[in-house]
Amino acid sequence: MKSRKPSIPYIIWMVIFTMIPIIMIGCTAFTDKNGNFSLEPFANAFFYTGVFMKSLWIALISTAICLLLAYPLAYLITKMRHSTQNTVIMLMMIPMWMNFLLRIYAWVTLLQDNGPIDMLLSMLGIHATYIGNTGAVVLGMVYEYLPFMVLPIYTVMSKIDGGLIEAAQDLGSNSLAVFRKVIFPLSIPGVISGITMVFVPSASTFLVSQYLGGTDDIMIGDIIDKIFWTDQNTGSAISLILMVFIFVFLILMNFFGDEEAIA
Amino acid sequence: MKKTNKKSGILSKIYIALIMVFLYAPIAVLIFYSFNKGKSTVWKGFSLKWYEQLFKDDNIMNALGNTIIIAVLASFFATILGTAAAIGINNFKGKKRVLIQNASNIPIISPDIVMGVSLMLLFTFLGVMFNFEMGFVTVLISHICFCVPFVVLNVMPRIRRMDSSIYGAALDLGCNQWQAFYKVIIHELMPGIFSGLLMSFTYSLDDFIITYFTRGAKFQNLSIEIYSMTHRRISPKINALSALLFLAVLIIMIIINLRERHEEKVKSQKT
Repeated sequence: MKSRKPSIPYIIWMVIFTMIPIIMIGCTAFTDKNGNFSLEPFANAFFYTGVFMKSLWIALISTAICLLLAYPLAYLITKMRHSTQNTVIMLMMIPMWMNFLLRIYAWVTLLQDNGPIDMLLSMLGIHATYIGNTGAVVLGMVYEYLPFMVLPIYTVMSKIDGGLIEAAQDLGSNSLAVFRKVIFPLSIPGVISGITMVFVPSASTFLVSQYLGGTDDIMIGDIIDKIFWTDQNTGSAISLILMVFIFVFLILMNFFGDEEAIA
Repeated sequence: MKKTNKKSGILSKIYIALIMVFLYAPIAVLIFYSFNKGKSTVWKGFSLKWYEQLFKDDNIMNALGNTIIIAVLASFFATILGTAAAIGINNFKGKKRVLIQNASNIPIISPDIVMGVSLMLLFTFLGVMFNFEMGFVTVLISHICFCVPFVVLNVMPRIRRMDSSIYGAALDLGCNQWQAFYKVIIHELMPGIFSGLLMSFTYSLDDFIITYFTRGAKFQNLSIEIYSMTHRRISPKINALSALLFLAVLIIMIIINLRERHEEKVKSQKT
């Protein structure tokens, strides 16, 4: 049981299918079409700065809304009876098992002109377009990724030792103080991984904005998809920038998380 | 005191109910329209014709088969590779271990689309070198790639919590090495292995982005088929498909849940 050998196949696998592809992205990003060193792909990539900013903005808002919805939800679930907790978590998971595209398509059906929401609100005399704007994209993102925020926070919260809470109560804390001094600090790791699990995919996904957004809601993922088939160099440069950005974000989150844990 | 508890209990139930409505309303609407005679969102009467057409659609049936085969194979191989890896990685110490674990997490933390295009670069390069085209095999490899890290992540904490002396104890009690490994170690790690397997299976079923970049010209899975269907023209066949998939998911989840409850009951009866 003390052997390192079982991990060797996976280490080889990682080198071939994780490391080398990333190195290839790096190399492609710094070469032109003829294979010579060039910074042209990055010059082309800067053309999409606006799209990049918009993607980050949409991802940020979606993550914030997910956190606002998920945190109280996770807390409330931990307060329920154990068997009910399992059922509620299962109910959260079931929509995740549905296909990603079908879930987005469901919102297209709901929000489209003459769709159920439009019809319902028309009866009340409200006429508007609900699809083809940034709000619809954010809604779609929240729908896609909400369970990814709930699950880590719930997992961390449900592991909090009941004795700690009792100790705090015995020492004279009211329920607000218990939450502030015990539950909240201990739930931070869950929040951090929740933010990561929502922000990363929503910043980089594609199709959600194609289905639900307007023409100016195109996101960086859609650009990579569009460009990569014709111009691999610029596509690689954009992918590289996206990846570096995500890694910096993750390092910051980790740093933030650790500091919170110490304090 | 009790009164406020009751009040907040009701409020929390309302909140959870609202979230559930948010999660299930879109699916309910999808399923509702699968029974619509007409093609648009205007109700034209009850009909099962979209289900009939769905089963006659060879493309969709073929794609469904591919999706399931890929998910089964990818989660199976990923579980073996990942469990072995977790056991091995656990025996590394210090910086090396941190390095390997971080490397293993790359597919989880890097955006799907970047992983997709990077694998596409690799496969096109290898394809030119060894003269093959992207298809079933490249999709399978790619799916294993993003599944293994989840297995490692699920198994690792179990290994750390495991009492390392139990392996020796099993040997002392007369197990041979293989028996000790299988009966003790794997048994101890089973919950982690199982959730890793389940997560891999789910992610593989659900994946669109990575399949999209590594599938080559011909390979179709369900996500790709749905993608091209929603792009061509919207057909209520998609709704019928959603309804059936939802039913399948529901049945699987209920079975898993019932089994867990049954096991808990058996356990509590024993003690």
